[in-house]
Amino acid sequence: MQKILFIDAEKCSGCRTCESVCSLYHEKVCNPSRARINVAKWETAGIYVPMVCQQCETPLCEDVCPMHAIKRDEKTGAMLIDYDLCVGCKLCVMFCPFGGINLDAKTGRVLKCDLCGGEPVCVKFCEPEALQYLNATTINLRKRRAAAEKFSDLMKKMLAAV
Amino acid sequence: MVWKRKIAYINLTTRKIATKLIPKKIRQLYLGGRGIDMYLLYNHVKPEVDPLSPENVLFVGTGLLCGIPALGSGRCDIAAKSPVTGAVGDSNIGGFFAPELRLAGFDHLVISGKAEKPVYLWINDGNVEIRDADHLWGKDTFETQDMIRDDNEDEEVKSLVIGVAGENLVRFANIMTGMKNSAGRTGMGCVMGSKNLKAIAARGTMDIEFSYPDELLDYCKEMNDMIMNTRWARAQSKWGTLIIYSNTNTTGLIRTRNFQLNRLEEGEDLEPENMDRYTIGMSGCYGCSVHCRHRYVLREGPYAPIFAEGPEYTSLGAFGTMVDCKKMETVLVANHLVNKYGLDTLETGGLIAWAMELYEKGIIDRKDTAGLKLEWGNEEVLFELITQIAHRKGFGNLLADGFKTAIAKIGKGSEYYAIQIKGMSNLHSDERPTPSLALNIATSTRGADHLRSRPAIDLYSLPEDLLKEIYGTAVSSDYTSYEGKSQMVLWQERLYAVTDSIGLCKFQTVFCAVHAPKWEEFAKLIQLATGMEFTKAQLMEVGERIYTIERMFNLREGFSRKDDTLPERYFKEQTPIGLPIAKGKKIDRDKFEKMLSEYYALHGWDESGLPKKETLEKLSLDKEPSHMVQEEK
Repeated sequence: MQKILFIDAEKCSGCRTCESVCSLYHEKVCNPSRARINVAKWETAGIYVPMVCQQCETPLCEDVCPMHAIKRDEKTGAMLIDYDLCVGCKLCVMFCPFGGINLDAKTGRVLKCDLCGGEPVCVKFCEPEALQYLNATTINLRKRRAAAEKFSDLMKKMLAAV
Repeated sequence: MVWKRKIAYINLTTRKIATKLIPKKIRQLYLGGRGIDMYLLYNHVKPEVDPLSPENVLFVGTGLLCGIPALGSGRCDIAAKSPVTGAVGDSNIGGFFAPELRLAGFDHLVISGKAEKPVYLWINDGNVEIRDADHLWGKDTFETQDMIRDDNEDEEVKSLVIGVAGENLVRFANIMTGMKNSAGRTGMGCVMGSKNLKAIAARGTMDIEFSYPDELLDYCKEMNDMIMNTRWARAQSKWGTLIIYSNTNTTGLIRTRNFQLNRLEEGEDLEPENMDRYTIGMSGCYGCSVHCRHRYVLREGPYAPIFAEGPEYTSLGAFGTMVDCKKMETVLVANHLVNKYGLDTLETGGLIAWAMELYEKGIIDRKDTAGLKLEWGNEEVLFELITQIAHRKGFGNLLADGFKTAIAKIGKGSEYYAIQIKGMSNLHSDERPTPSLALNIATSTRGADHLRSRPAIDLYSLPEDLLKEIYGTAVSSDYTSYEGKSQMVLWQERLYAVTDSIGLCKFQTVFCAVHAPKWEEFAKLIQLATGMEFTKAQLMEVGERIYTIERMFNLREGFSRKDDTLPERYFKEQTPIGLPIAKGKKIDRDKFEKMLSEYYALHGWDESGLPKKETLEKLSLDKEPSHMVQEEK
């Protein structure tokens, strides 16, 4: 079953640990501007949303890459950059609708989430579980169940009234 | 690597800026953060300078471990001579500023002189600039941060800012970053205001490198798991520090109506569970797995809409128990106001509670307060006074100068009612039943203060063999006892000094959690991050050195044994209510003095509290001030 890096922004506490562990794991330094994940924050409104590559089914990055340097990893489903082919044209950065691909502040290389080969480090460190690595169907069932609670509450009330 | 991080000397009068690497020797002796700040304070602030003069110096420092993904490593330490006490001024702030400063290439800032007109500092990837801040002057702490982000068209800019209270030189003005993080104590915002320095903004993209990055990553996970396995951290994750209230108020360890009662009767609305009505989720500082503060919204009422963060247990005391306000909403509004204006929550609440008692006792009346009826529990008066203090208007102007000046101006025995030490307000805790906590506030180098050395775990009545294992000597598990408590305070002083110097969160070491990271774990983190090797004993010695240089600063300013004491009421009045263990308690003066002498002896200080010659030699403090790091001429 395909797993998905699932983001539950309501649970995010904005601590940016995902950014620092991402750069520490991949680049061996702590530097959020070199991380593949980033928390978009509206500090004075209290809104925090982790943003990362969605590993799209129809990836625009793959389509626009003139060098065919972006390919899917069959094992994890992650879109991976082949740096031997990449010429750094940055078309992928421009076309991604989520800002899922960023530029390494130090080397100028394009960076994107590779799901750490199937064990995302950010998920491991995310204490509030705003980041989870789940089976695609689990996510769907979980959401349906949450939505169904409204009905189930209503039915319980009706039963209690009888 | 930490060795590449610099110290910047910024003279606001001459606008000269010089940068320098930080010598390894200084790191070995003081680590970073508070340690290096205290070393610099002793070396750069000349004796007896006026805290509000250009001769006072403001120090900003990141911790040695700043930036690691564990244990809330985003702490920043801010120091100067305190305008509140005239002693060590030092305040520690969380949030995201410290890592941004380090990413911008700097670990320490030394800010001297006074700018001709409002300025802010812009620190970006190795450069420091002094910029015009006319447009920011008069703005509140939240607006100021947003405006700096807008000016630079960068959402990731992090700033330390002052509000109108700092501009108006309120003695206990704080420094803010984010919605709630504040360097609250000892008036560091007032020092910024006196220098016409509205903000310090940082933005950086430079790598923070480590000696053993892979091992560090794994060990950070282990550390986060270790703290999250404590019940304290798990409770914090849900309720924040408000959780403490449930215990202390039930027992009778909370001062109410200034210092008249030791429990808030009918105080159920302040129970942490009631935050469910207002919270939209928790918020965490950089690299924190605990995330202990609420993001809350007030949707209704005369002050709505408010979005804010917190409140801490401290604010619950400042605007709840001490002033006898029994509604959570009062605390939420007041917490928002002090953060917006940039006031220390505790000093503000402590002074207002004191004024209310003076009003009740007839020491001051409506003529003195310009018509304000300072009645217990009156939230309108509370909000009005907070606003008056920040703007230095009306009766608030008198309180804005802090306890020392206000006591001198009011006279008439008002000092007796002031719950302050060395000029600084105590927390809303009542230490009469707990000698260890009483010794902590009496000896703290920055005035009445629970964060310098509070042995909070004393309240758990832990088994004595466990206490011995932690503290190294026999300690009574009875928290009303005086036995072994001096050792507890000494041990906590050292631990907190090191915690503040490596830049981790105190809530993630042995503060309220017993099985939290401490010496051994700190040593391993330092080794993996920097390659520097420390044993537990060596780290304890660093803590001792930092605490002693703070003591030396205070002694140089004229403080002595007579200042290491408690408000008179602790010795004279008994706690009127509470559980049997807390009721009818006061501090025994003879036992307290004996405990104080014991504490001095453990430090290697003489009976008058002066460090002995051999103590200074042992700690390599005998050559201070040595100016090991200084601006090149």
